[in-house]
Amino acid sequence: MSDLSPARLQVMWNRLLAVVEEQGQTLIRAAFSPIVRECGDISAGIFDAQGRMLAQAVTGTPGHINTMAEAVLTLRERFPVQNMKPGDIYMTNDPWLASGHLNDFLLMMPAFKNGKVVGFTSCTSHLVDLGGLGMGPEGSDIYDEGLLIPPCKMVDQGELNSLLMDIVRANSREPIANEGDIYALIACCEAGVTRLLGMMDEFALDDLEALATYIIDTSRKGTLDAIAELPEGTYKNMLRMDGYENELELHATLTVSKDQLLVDFDGTSGCSRKGINVPLNYATAYTVFAMRCIVGPDIPNNAGSLEPFKVTGPKGCILNAQRPVPVAMRHTLGQVTPDLVLGCLHQAVPDLVPAEGASCMFDLPMRHAPEVARDGGQEFAIEPVHNGGTGARPHADGLSATAYPSGVYGSQVEITESVAPVIMWRRELRPDSGGAGQYRGGLGQRIEMSAANDAPFIVFLSVERLKFPALGRMGGQPGAPGRIRIRGRENDIPGKGELRVEGDDYLIFETPGGGGFGAPNLRDPEALNSDLKRGLVTDIGAKAYEENA
Amino acid sequence: MTSQALRLAIDIGGTFTDTVLVSGVDTILASTKTLTTHENPADGAMQGAERVMEQTGRTLSEVTGFIHGTTLATNALIERRGAVVATITTEGFRDILEIAYERRYSQYDINLEKPDLLVPRDLSLTVRERMSASGETLIPLDDASVCAMITELTASGATAVAICLLHSYANPAHERALRDAIIAKCPNVTVSISSDVSPEAREFDRLCTTVANAYIQPLMETYLDRFAQRFADDGVSCPILMMTAGGGMCTIETAARFPIRLVESGPAGGAILAARIAARAGLDEVLSFDVGGTTAKLCLIDNARPQTSRQFEIARAARFIKGSGMPVRIPVIEMIEIGAGGGSIAGVDRLGRLTVGPQSAGSEPGPVAFMRGGTDPTVTDSDITLGYIVPDTFAEGHIPLDPEGSKEALTRVIGSKLELDAVGSADGVSRIVDESMASAGRMHAVESGKDLGGRTMIAFGGNGPLHASRVARSAGVSRIVIPPNPGVGSAVGFLFAPVSFEIVRSRYSMLNTLDAAAINTLFDQMIAEARAVVAQGAGDAPTLTQRTAFMRYNGQGHEIEIDLPDRALTLDDIAPLTAAFEEEYRKQFSRPVPGMKIEILNWAVRVATPDGDIPRVPPAPNLNTIKATDTRPITCDVDGTLKQAAFVARDSLAPGDHVQGPALITEPQTTTLVSADFSVRVDGAGNLILIQDQKGDTE
Repeated sequence: MSDLSPARLQVMWNRLLAVVEEQGQTLIRAAFSPIVRECGDISAGIFDAQGRMLAQAVTGTPGHINTMAEAVLTLRERFPVQNMKPGDIYMTNDPWLASGHLNDFLLMMPAFKNGKVVGFTSCTSHLVDLGGLGMGPEGSDIYDEGLLIPPCKMVDQGELNSLLMDIVRANSREPIANEGDIYALIACCEAGVTRLLGMMDEFALDDLEALATYIIDTSRKGTLDAIAELPEGTYKNMLRMDGYENELELHATLTVSKDQLLVDFDGTSGCSRKGINVPLNYATAYTVFAMRCIVGPDIPNNAGSLEPFKVTGPKGCILNAQRPVPVAMRHTLGQVTPDLVLGCLHQAVPDLVPAEGASCMFDLPMRHAPEVARDGGQEFAIEPVHNGGTGARPHADGLSATAYPSGVYGSQVEITESVAPVIMWRRELRPDSGGAGQYRGGLGQRIEMSAANDAPFIVFLSVERLKFPALGRMGGQPGAPGRIRIRGRENDIPGKGELRVEGDDYLIFETPGGGGFGAPNLRDPEALNSDLKRGLVTDIGAKAYEENA
Repeated sequence: MTSQALRLAIDIGGTFTDTVLVSGVDTILASTKTLTTHENPADGAMQGAERVMEQTGRTLSEVTGFIHGTTLATNALIERRGAVVATITTEGFRDILEIAYERRYSQYDINLEKPDLLVPRDLSLTVRERMSASGETLIPLDDASVCAMITELTASGATAVAICLLHSYANPAHERALRDAIIAKCPNVTVSISSDVSPEAREFDRLCTTVANAYIQPLMETYLDRFAQRFADDGVSCPILMMTAGGGMCTIETAARFPIRLVESGPAGGAILAARIAARAGLDEVLSFDVGGTTAKLCLIDNARPQTSRQFEIARAARFIKGSGMPVRIPVIEMIEIGAGGGSIAGVDRLGRLTVGPQSAGSEPGPVAFMRGGTDPTVTDSDITLGYIVPDTFAEGHIPLDPEGSKEALTRVIGSKLELDAVGSADGVSRIVDESMASAGRMHAVESGKDLGGRTMIAFGGNGPLHASRVARSAGVSRIVIPPNPGVGSAVGFLFAPVSFEIVRSRYSMLNTLDAAAINTLFDQMIAEARAVVAQGAGDAPTLTQRTAFMRYNGQGHEIEIDLPDRALTLDDIAPLTAAFEEEYRKQFSRPVPGMKIEILNWAVRVATPDGDIPRVPPAPNLNTIKATDTRPITCDVDGTLKQAAFVARDSLAPGDHVQGPALITEPQTTTLVSADFSVRVDGAGNLILIQDQKGDTE
């Protein structure tokens, strides 16, 4: 006996959404990796017996949208359902199957009811270290980047595969943290299954089919209705990016039809020799995220709401990187794909799409120089994260020093200085860095720092928009590009690679500003005066707003 | 507490001012609700006080204890009615407020606006100085920059100043020198310094807290002064103690120094009441459930201690989204608050999904049934349509209800879109809002590393008893307690709060290389400071001291609170503290991570007067099942069929009486719905105890 009235179905849908959020929170709280703590770089989802995603946690980084949905389908095909047993858990960290680089472990667990698989739970978390060259763009192929585990059974009817755990431990600089993270992932899967079965008992469900159909159909219909409001057509955009060894072009063609948004990356530059290449699953995640910000943002992620979004790209372009190229820092370009596709969408709905922003976060892993440890100095490893400005919106200024598309938290100076021997001497907005426009781009920030103890340290850089700034729209001007330098040195420092900072060096980071929206001379004079009064725009910067500037 | 003690509690809320008069430990002599008088809140308070005195034939001069809580501080922050504040930070860090955590609170909302943090950039001043993380002076406080800053400050028109220099929690010397310099030059400016208000690491949170404190300080000083004077003029001779967000009481003087600690004192009173009930009934694991017209507040209470936290967000954006408000770091009773109450508005979104809240019709225009101009169906309209609110007994007949209006609105807004009749629509609204309250509770439990199942719910507030059994079922809770006077629960709770003060201070340490001497010195200072504050309110009464450390594995973001012994630490404590941390970690995450280093950032001390003896609930006589003579038709919330519910006045029930669900137990300020799968009995203290003991889906 089961009452499947719309209100009941909706209560069950809300419950599934609550369950995945609970799973997500549990994972974040138990995680050891700073990027999980600061960005919520995890994912948790619930799937029906066919492997269709019904609910996914809204976490800090959009990098897991789609990737998890696809990965579960892949694992489900790889391991026949009839061979699954209660208590089994499957996993992989294959970047092309899971989430774009080796650090992301994806687990999947079947849920059994009356001896039958009724659904799956899945979760992903970023592990601290998988060996290889570590988190940085320096690998020349995937084998340089650490341990790759193909799809396999990690837990067999409740029994942990101890050989696998030994291998993970033996191949990491942080074996204890990795073990802790894997146990947290397992607990997260198990908790999800328990909650799912509890809900099925409570609502007297023998399977999830009727609920799945309701969720997927409702979401698909809502998404299609939103797509129907877009003018059909084909829209092209191109972004120039700094790249590593050479500059890059990212191309996108968006085709809007009645029932689909198709993005193709044809024309995009080929892969880099270093680890900034992006597997298509990850590029897809950020691309779809950006479109969903404009088209049906209120509809939860599931098989129905994601179905109308398709992303393709020629094999071997840098947004559809093929084995065995290195991919460790795939987020660097992955995070600018929203600007790429929003540039297409802007042509369809100019009044809904913001200008380009800094987009790629200034994630700045730092470690003591190798000889410091040898000489008995203070060892440390921190990963401060800071951001530039977001693009101006069609009806509002951009946000200063704010993460988009990621949901990363910026680090607090007092915490950074408490745990590592560095001093941050300045962290302030950069006046005039927001692109001028009727609506101004968000400002970047300027961060100045040095060693606290005269000991050298290393910064692992993989940031963007030092050469090519975030562009404005509708006559809005570009934001200021980012800049990295050491005081007193003639040349600026490029955005990718290892940077050695000597004990007496004074390092200056400037994060990029966002682009403006609309012609600067249309800016409300009161808004400009307020910017001047608050020092966000200087007298020199104000010239950009003059009639014939 | 002697038998001649006569104590008065006044809780000034947004709509009502609740007043309770108690003799001895907990004998309630009278309680009343008066309308809050926003122009001068002391008027409404005086009205309430006069009314309970009149009812009992006592006078204000007989009062031996007076506890006051107010939403004035919270409202001033929400409604932006505070002082013009300037901030002073370390040179190079002018934008701490604006940069914040560099984060958007809503992932998909590209049009969001960040919270207004009260101080614009042109009022953000800096001075040249710098401390290191360990409190050493890197750059001395520069006199020339102080002079220049004071010139700017004078010109700015600011009437209050928030000073937050980097690492001042480790060494407050520069902040104090700066405060003295400003007071000397600008005597009319009030100054809050972060090392006093919130001496914790994390510059953004500390500055926000200091700004919020400075923002309401002039207003609260004036208010407290006038309030005390008003009651002193009318004969009150005992000191007035203020209820704090942390669930303790402090003196008027402390409140005027740290007015930020007064926010959310009303809800804290509710949690204190629930904790008291838990202690009396010997309940170890409790969920308190306080539902009013606009919001529901849930709090976890273990071993009769409400869960506490050190941070709180003020004025969250409309949807109660985490991160959309202004964070303050003060000791608070930890609660989850969601936009779901009697006035919450129901609708259908463009996907055809039923939605409830967070918008609320409030008391003006209120639910459709109130006939005050409301046209949107609310949770209360659904409850009327389902038969749970009986018009002729609602609010003692003071507010006439129009049930047909409720039905029409539900059919028009919901039924027409979802092909449901009025009752079907009301049932849907009820299911959605009850599930969202239950799910908020579950999520809150998960975030605290706890579970809801097996807990007892203690429900109060105007709508708590009405929704308790429905929410309990969704949350997997099968036992509910409804205390007497559930409508004025917060004010009653004030009377059980201790005089207390808590200080949290940051000092980064690794547990395995703990500098015990330095930590002991830190604790000695903190304890002396807290004791001095408590002594102002408690005189030389005995106090208890609780020391705690907030520990985490190196690399993790989540801290776990570990109790420390109330004595100096030695290196021998490292092993047992490691074990205590790992045990608590195991409870929350199922297994510890042996070998991982443990770090401590914050140390806390709480000094409080002891609770005294808490009388246990006297045993009730044997169960006496009552077959109600009066019934009302309701739509059963278990299976949706029409049923006859027993209709019983609460004051007609005696300890031991037992009624099978479905039943409606009515009293002047609220109704308790006993669902068909529950039964209710009255315990020896007059609490209603609801137990889920049957299937409920058959007649």
